[in-house]
Amino acid sequence: MDALYRDFILEHYKSPRNFGELEEHDLEWHDHNPLCGDELGVHIVVEDGRVKDLRFHGQGCAISQAAASISSEELIGMPLEEIEALGADWVIEQLGIDISPTRRKCALLSLKVMRGATTGDASWPE
Amino acid sequence: MGAVADKPLIDVRADFPVLSREFAGKRVAYLDSAATAQRPEQVIAAMDRFQRESYAPIHRGVYELARESTEAFESARVRIAEFVGWDPACSIFTRNATEAINLVAYAWGRENIGEGDEVLITEMEHHSNIVPWQILCDETGAKLRYLTLTDSAELSLDELDSVLAEGRVKLVAVAHVSNVLGTINPVAEIVRRARAAGAVTVIDGAQAVPQLPLDLSEIDADFYAWTGHKALGPTIGLLHGRRELLDGMRPFLGGGHMISRVEREHSTWNELPFKFEAGTSAAAEAVGLGAAVEYLDAIGMESIRAHERDLTAYALERLPEVEGIHLYGPSDLDRRGGVVAFAIDGIHPHDIAELCDREAVCVRAGHHCAQPLMRCLGVGATARASFHVYNSRDEVDRLVDALVKAREVFEL
Repeated sequence: MDALYRDFILEHYKSPRNFGELEEHDLEWHDHNPLCGDELGVHIVVEDGRVKDLRFHGQGCAISQAAASISSEELIGMPLEEIEALGADWVIEQLGIDISPTRRKCALLSLKVMRGATTGDASWPE
Repeated sequence: MGAVADKPLIDVRADFPVLSREFAGKRVAYLDSAATAQRPEQVIAAMDRFQRESYAPIHRGVYELARESTEAFESARVRIAEFVGWDPACSIFTRNATEAINLVAYAWGRENIGEGDEVLITEMEHHSNIVPWQILCDETGAKLRYLTLTDSAELSLDELDSVLAEGRVKLVAVAHVSNVLGTINPVAEIVRRARAAGAVTVIDGAQAVPQLPLDLSEIDADFYAWTGHKALGPTIGLLHGRRELLDGMRPFLGGGHMISRVEREHSTWNELPFKFEAGTSAAAEAVGLGAAVEYLDAIGMESIRAHERDLTAYALERLPEVEGIHLYGPSDLDRRGGVVAFAIDGIHPHDIAELCDREAVCVRAGHHCAQPLMRCLGVGATARASFHVYNSRDEVDRLVDALVKAREVFEL
């Protein structure tokens, strides 16, 4: 089996969880990876300071899309202040595969838009 | 495809040190020359020799060593200018093609473009031939317009005529060869029509000079920009301009060497081309590019064009064997350079490039600094294979094999 394109990565890429849009949402953010053109947006419904529901939307490579899909399942229910404290290691751990420096931006894009939506800060992770 | 595939038309691979590299036991197949080309031993040695034996300030010192370095720098300029068919005095060294285009946008554009004027570019431009004009239009209140792509991924001269006929276009900036589609645009004809309509022309030749036999005096553009690093040389650019325009322009950058005399309040300018070469020039790079054009000349640009045409034809013949593939660019090989952009259903270009890398096949993935073009094509990104004289049909075969494998990894 391929070390990067594991079965579960491809499965999430082909059938991403929590993808689409939420007409009614409290927070939204959109960002892209200027290197390769990956685009990702998020709609979030907040209740009692936690993510009640969210949807990612956009287009991109298997790594960026799988990272969004896999982490979406953990992010639903999470307090916003906990999301603000998440770092790059968290996403890489969620993905469970080795990420080379050239694919790091792909892997981090979904957390980047989550942090953008919750903190309004577009600068992370640089 | 066995027998012919093994025998390249030109075999100069051994001249290129990087091409002997292996990754995981596989010899590198470098298919990214439209981004930057590999450099032959002859270029590396010429730069090395210059730096070991002749390096000193150019146009500054009176001692023998400085005379020698100046001589090497200026004779490289003459060789490069002869290679493309232009007057050396009107051939300006820049950092790269991007800086050459910016030079025109700042030094000519700011003085000559105003509110109500139009700058005409095309949908197939590289960002380096879009963004400088956006900035110029923002500053001056001029309008930026785009010539559209035809169904065959080319430009329409009829559309050009009708836009020019409106009478507001002051400048036309067009790629000679598209870095994504490979389209070879009829630039001599575009220049002729633009001039008849009173517009100045800027041709982005970054993808053309490396692969086409050229005589810039026949194209006769007002400005022609290109870069050495795609033409087997180091990173140094060239701007060739018409003398009457260059003479009338203010300098781009102010500083040393570009002046004739500096008073406390004002200065006068050096003669061409030095008026546009402020500061200490990249002398070793100029010498390296001189060696690169000598190398290209020795093989012959007609032969290089034929070689790249053969590889492009072969790629266009073999790539459709990959299920779900989409190819972009003109099908007429007479109007197409050595680049093939493609996409595969179900695999993002970034993943295509990653999986090609497993086979030591280097292809580019992304928007290729042509985001407006990507939107015209209805894609966010594509993969791209591009060729130069050191590539072979065997490497096209390896690309096809890698793509077939990529589909297997993605269980398509």
